[in-house]
This record gives sequence, structure tokens and C-alpha cells, in this order.
Amino acid sequence: MSAPVLQVRNLCVHYETDAGPVKAAENVTFDLARSERMGLVGESGSGKSTTVLALLRMVTPPGRIRGGQVLLDGADLMALSPEQMRRMRGSAISLIPQAAMNSLNPVMRVRDHFYDTILAHDRTMSRAQLAAHTGELVEAVGLRPNVLRMYPHELSGGMKQRVCIAMGICLRPKVIIADEPTSALDVVVQRQVMETLGRIQRQLEASIILVGHDMGLMAQFVDKIGIMYAGRLVELGPVTEVFGLPLHPYTRLLINTLPSLDAKAVFKGIPGQTPSLLNAPAGCAFHERCPDAVGDCWKAQHVLTEVLPGRWVACPCHAGAAA
Amino acid sequence: MNATPLLEARNVTKVFASRGTIGARGTTTVAVNQASLAIHATPPSIVAIAGESGSGKTTLSRLLLGLISPTSGEVFYRGRPMEAIKGAERMAFRRDVQAIFQDPFEVYNPFYRVDHALEVPIRRFEPHKSAAERRALIEQALDVVGLRVDETLGRYPHQLSGGQRQRVMVARALMLNPSIIVADEPVSMVDASLRASILESLLNAHDQRDIAIIYITHDLTTAYQVCTSILMMYSGAMVEVGSVEPVIKDPLHPYTQLLVGSIPLPDPTRRWAAVQASSSAAGQHSTTQGCPYAPRCPQVMDICRTEAPPLYAVSANRAVACYLYRGAPAVATEDVSALYIGA
Amino acid sequence: MSRSWGYVRRNPLLLVGVAMFILLLLFWLIGPQVIDVTRARPISAMADQRPSAEMPLGSDSVGRELLPNLLVGSLYTFEIGLTAGLIGLVVGTILGFIAGYFGGVIDSFISTAADVALTIPALAVLVVIASVIKEVLNVRNLALIVAALSWMRPARTIRSQVLSMRERSYVEIARLSGMNDWQIIVQELLPNLLPYLAATLVGAVAGALLAAIGLEAMGLGPQTEPTLGMTIFWCNYYGALLRGMWWWWAPPIVAILYVFAALFAISSGLDELANPRLRRAR
Repeated sequence: MSAPVLQVRNLCVHYETDAGPVKAAENVTFDLARSERMGLVGESGSGKSTTVLALLRMVTPPGRIRGGQVLLDGADLMALSPEQMRRMRGSAISLIPQAAMNSLNPVMRVRDHFYDTILAHDRTMSRAQLAAHTGELVEAVGLRPNVLRMYPHELSGGMKQRVCIAMGICLRPKVIIADEPTSALDVVVQRQVMETLGRIQRQLEASIILVGHDMGLMAQFVDKIGIMYAGRLVELGPVTEVFGLPLHPYTRLLINTLPSLDAKAVFKGIPGQTPSLLNAPAGCAFHERCPDAVGDCWKAQHVLTEVLPGRWVACPCHAGAAA
Repeated sequence: MNATPLLEARNVTKVFASRGTIGARGTTTVAVNQASLAIHATPPSIVAIAGESGSGKTTLSRLLLGLISPTSGEVFYRGRPMEAIKGAERMAFRRDVQAIFQDPFEVYNPFYRVDHALEVPIRRFEPHKSAAERRALIEQALDVVGLRVDETLGRYPHQLSGGQRQRVMVARALMLNPSIIVADEPVSMVDASLRASILESLLNAHDQRDIAIIYITHDLTTAYQVCTSILMMYSGAMVEVGSVEPVIKDPLHPYTQLLVGSIPLPDPTRRWAAVQASSSAAGQHSTTQGCPYAPRCPQVMDICRTEAPPLYAVSANRAVACYLYRGAPAVATEDVSALYIGA
Repeated sequence: MSRSWGYVRRNPLLLVGVAMFILLLLFWLIGPQVIDVTRARPISAMADQRPSAEMPLGSDSVGRELLPNLLVGSLYTFEIGLTAGLIGLVVGTILGFIAGYFGGVIDSFISTAADVALTIPALAVLVVIASVIKEVLNVRNLALIVAALSWMRPARTIRSQVLSMRERSYVEIARLSGMNDWQIIVQELLPNLLPYLAATLVGAVAGALLAAIGLEAMGLGPQTEPTLGMTIFWCNYYGALLRGMWWWWAPPIVAILYVFAALFAISSGLDELANPRLRRAR
């Protein structure tokens, strides 16, 4: 087993507000192997977007990275200078942000978006080289080369999203982070875009972190899945195993309450609400809603531990549980 | 049996024309192309209007709500054409047909507390009620959707979570006992763990209070969960109509088949099948001739490109607009409403 | 209350602007108690006197004492600006709402009228009108003239705000709740526009002040009331600059700068209030 391409250790991100710190991400720890697809799933406010922004050191005030290491091929991204980090972004680790298609510049042609990105990292490329490179990129995402001459408003939602994917990979990064890349798209286009993303990833032999809240999409796409709740990673493991036998009560509830095509009119939810990240309860963040909470859960902080090879969970009920 | 439907759209078409400027001609978009839908009172219908974005489902819902008028075809409320409904009758219609929209934040006026959204309908539709009676009605409605009054009333919209805001909207819709609720993607912007309770409230409203539901969505799974009948739309046209069980479990129209096959099932062992041979369409509403799905259809025939297929009744409560089924009898316009009577 | 204070601390411009205005208000309220405003009339004091202990700002060539002149003049000038600005805002807002909400022919009519009026060089028109009605030109009439040409920009900006607000979901919900168009305009749209209206008012007042002072400086203003602009005109007429009478021409200029600075500060502060995205994160 080769060394993981990305190692995240105890990453903490807080938002400083007038009323105190909001702990958006606490002690997030995981590894990402080469050519691996990992999913980071959670509801709104779970900290998944904050975590990936922190990986790129793109957290803006009032948010601040309070601690932790992010090792990309051994180099700690947190220890780099701003200029060094800028060079890493896009070339070693890239982000396809949420609703990226809305952030395409409406007065620039598609090809100028690419030129901007590439030239920001490598000023030596000639126009001919740029044209050839971008031509290859758009073909790789399944678009015709005439797209390069178009303006963003002339493209459909799915096409714009694929342009954004192409921009995310144009410098051949080792790690691609896709934050809800298909949230505004319908199922058919979503499938096409995800299949494109998968194909690109395999060609580049890059790793992907897919951030989202759609468990169905995760099941279809990723190899490994991490579940986040209230700023913490509560479960991590291979996707078939996690879906087959979820260890954390939240994961279990999440999977059980998914609407399915197998039974009609069965409505199950998770009672209660996510706790405030501002005055986070001491102890396990899930204990108020947890059907399996035991005596200590309200005051003891559960740590993510490896209970089975490759299976991590932050819950004492399953520490040492057999499959 | 074939009583007057509560709300009916008969062959409605809606064309949006944007004004041109000097040097550029305006464009026309056919948002809805000859769609028909019928909501019955007994038993109360619970119909899904499903399709991608651009399918015309939202426009159809706006036509049914009387917020816009059709370019051709008519909308009937209890047998009366919508244009003829004015004044007091219009107010009665507004009270009787309520709506829930997709974005739980945009539906609130940020200047007011959420109480405003609940009080305005009572003030308009039941002006004789005293302040105490209004308050009682509001508290009862919140209770039905499982919200606590002390955690909800008196707050501004940004102080509540998305799920709470949407539940207040459901309470608002149920409050004055309408006959129909039009729910336009009510849970797509709500967290997964809260969707169930909102959808359950809708279903309870149907089962326990005989309220008909029109559920507009792109999510076939929840459409299957909630509804008994379904109308699949593509590019403004009706594609498949009928009982939700056969339409979803055994889709007949190539588009429905593509849609059902693209649903990301939350089961890593059942992954998407290999991509079919259909290409991606750069724009919708491109052709007005022939079947709108022809450019993408893997089973397209010559006739599909020249003439739009009618609805063929493949069974008593199922019809498909596809020449693949031309062996079955075509459905006449007046009989379309019968397709919506749940099996 | 503490949250508003915390906000004000982060938005110093608004605080500064409001403070400047409060000072001005105090000047206008308390001033008449300690200063004899009758001495702002001509031939009340010895003419052409330098500032001294009895006349802190000296006097002008027709015997007006200049400190009372400043008090009375600044009040008049601001009155003109405020009246004209308010009328312009109210008329502009009503027209803007009607055009934006109802659209169609009404919108085309109002928008075209506003656009045409905007292209007319306002100062030129004002000069013509003012010269024609010179005899009856007092503070109130001047305000009305200026107001006639200051409704267009508010109408345009309110119209575009209403156009975007008209499509919001809460307006649709209001319609479904049985509200009619006027109720929607007044109850749903208007409250959300209040910060915007306040900012537009400030802009309208500033514009009106500028127009009024410009007219007056050319002599097209009230002959008997000593507004700031008229004071500048009289300075010119009597050659105060050449005669080195700084106590005559400096105070009105300082006063005008002060008022505009205060208006600018308030306008910037309100801008930040009305547009949450500009609010500076700590």
C-alpha cells in the first residue's frame, strides 16, 4: 500500500463571532489514498464545506483555522507561506466550488477562464500551447471544442458545470475537491456529469473528495465515505461496508430514513435538531437525538477510533464490535 | 364517477415571448405545450407533476394557481373557467387553493416576523375573527405540523432553521382548510432528516382532511412515496400519465426510463447501468414540431420528428405519448381527466 | 440595543454623519437663544467690520452681522434642500412604484418621461425658470422649482428596486393570501425599501442643495432671505474676495462643506446598512 496522498490530522476551524467561537470543524482526521474517491457527507452546518475550504486554506475571516495538519504528499500545507500555498492551489490540490457555474464571468469567453488559470501558474505557455491544452481539456469532459468560444450564458447548466470541472483539473492536480458539483442539476445531467468526473479522475490518476448531502449520489460514486455531524467526523469507512452495516447511530438513522422505491408512504425522520455550534453541548454532539445514548454520552467526547481495519467510528457502543 | 373535477387544466399551452430590441428579435419559449391535468374531490387526488428543470412543471403549477393565464386552452375551477372568476369568487378560490413553494427563505418578507405570514391569510379570508381567535387558529395549525409556538412565533425568518420555516409554510397552507394544496418542490431545499416530517404532514392532510395535493418535483423517489398518480413532463409536453406504481416501476416512455434509471439509488451494490446512447441536448424547447424528446431518444423513428405523438392509453389508468405504443387507442382530451383518478 | 451599539461601532461613518447633524441641529436650536437673529437683516450693524468680541464674524457691506447671518442662512439653505429633496423623493417614489409594479404602458410612459427629463440640463432650465419668476422667488418657490427637476433619479432607482422585488416569492405568497396590488405595495414592498429610501433621500437632498446654492450664487435666489448661496452672491457683488474680507466669504463655504460632509457620511453609512454584503466582517 503506497502512502496516502493526503493526510488530514485534527483540523479545527472556528468562526469568531460577537457571541463567541462557532466550532465549525473540530478535530477532523482522515487519509486519502492515491486514485481514491472519498465522499464527505453531512447535512447543512455539519462542517463539510468548511473542512474542504480549510484544506485549501481558503477560509475567510471571521473563520480561522485553529489547528491541525494537512499533509499533501508529505508536505504540510498549513506550514507553507501564502505564496507557496497559492502555487499549490489548482496545481496540486484544486476545488470545484459549490454552484461553480454561477461564478463563471459572464463577460469572458470560456477559453479566457482557462487561460487565466493556467497563466496564473505558468506564464511561459504560448498561445498555441494554451489553445491546444484547453482543447484537450474540454474534450476530456465531453464537450465540443466550439464551447471555448462561447460565453457562459450560452451554455446549459450541465455544460457549465463540466467547464468548471475542466477548470478544476486543467493543471492536473493530485487531489480534486468537488463541493456539491451537481446540486443544481437534474438527475439525468447529474449522472452524466458524475460519470465525466469519474472518467477524468481515472485518467489523471487523481484522488477526489466529493462533498455533498445526497447519500444516493455517494453510494453511486465513492469508494470511501466519511459522515460529518455538527463539525465532527463521526464515521469513516469503505462505502459498501458503511451502507451495509453502519456503526454510528447517526449514520444508521441517516441511511434508514432515506426514501426508497421499495416501500410507499413510509416516512421516517430523525427527531430533534442539530445542536448549535456556538454553545456546543459538552460530550457527544448527537447524544440528544441518539436512540442508543448511554450514561456517559452527554459528557464524554467520543473520539474517532479505528474499530475494524479501515473502519473508523466516534461512538463507544461499537468500539470493538464485530462485523 | 366522472364528477366535475375541483381543478382542471384542459390542453393548456403557455408561450413566453421576450421583447426584442432594435437589432435583435425577441425569442419565444413554449413553456407548456398542450398539457391536461385534473384534480378530483372524491376521493381527493394526490398527483405528482414530475420532470427536469425546463419541463414546464412550475409553469403548469402557476397556471393552475391562476397566477398566469394560458396562451391557449383553459383552466377550470369547479367547472368555472378561470378568467370568469373575479371578485368575491376569486377570493373564495384563493382561500380554497393554497400553495407551498420551494425556497423556505424567499417566501418570507424579511421585514416582518413569521407571524405576519400566518396572520395575513386569516385577516384577508376571515376578517371577522378577533385577535384571540386568530391566535388560536395559528397555534392549532403550528401544532398540527409539530412546531412549538414559543419557539416559532415572534421570531424573524432568519432566526428559524430551513426546516422550521418550511413547516410554518405548511401550517399556513393547512390553516384555513383548503381543498387543494399545490406544493412546488417543498422539500428540495430542506435537510434530509426533516424532509420526512414535511412530506408526512402533506400525506396526513390528504388522508385525514381530504385535501387534494399537487406535488411538483424532480425527485421521483419522493413522488413515489407521496402520490398515487403522476404526470411526467418533458420540454413542456406530457410524456406519461397514470398511477405512480406502474409508471415508476415499469416506465414505458424512453424519457421516463432514462429518468428512473438515473436515480442515484442509495445502495452501492446497485450502481448506474452503462450510459445509453443518447446525446446531451444543448438547449430545451428547440423544436416545436414532432416529439420534443426525438433529438435524444435512442428509439426515435421518422414519424417522431414530424408529428408530436398523442397520448396512447395502454391501460385504464396509464397513458404514454410515444409512437412505440401506437397500437393502443389514443386518449381524447375530455378523457384525460379520468387518468388521474387513483388506482 | 447593545447589538445596535455594536453595529454602530463597526460603522463609524454613519455615527460621524449623524453626530455632525446633531451638532448642526443644536446650533440651530440653541443659537437663536444666544445670538440676536434680527441682526442678520441689512443695516443692523456697522458695515464692513472685521470680527471682534461683539461681532464674532464681523459684518458685511450692507450691515448684516455675519454670525446671525450664518445661523439663519444655513437654516434656510437646509430648508430648501430638505423640502426639495423630500418632494422629489415622494413624487419619485410614487412614480417609481407605479412604473415598477404595474409595468406595461404606464411603465413605458413614466420611464420615458424620467429619461427625457434627466437629459435636460437641469441647471439651465432652473436658470430660465428662476429668471422669469424673479419677483416671486422666495425660499419656498425656489424649493419647488428645484424639486420639479429632482424626482427623476429617485423614480428610476425605486423602479428598478421594485422590478426585482416584484418577483420575490413573498410577493407571490401575499397574492395567494388574497392581498390586492396596493396592499402588496404598501405592506410588503415599502417596508423593505425604507433603508433604500433613506439613502435616496440623502442623495436627493444633496442634489437639491447643490442646485439651489448654484442658482443662488448666480443671484437667482430669494433677494431678502440671506441663504448661504445668496451670501456668496453678495460676496461676489461687493467684491469681498478682492477686499480681503475673509470673514464674509469663508463661513458660508465652510458651512456648505460641513453639511455635504455630513450628508456623505450618512449616505455611506446607510449604504452599508442597506446592503448587508458590504458589512465589514470583524
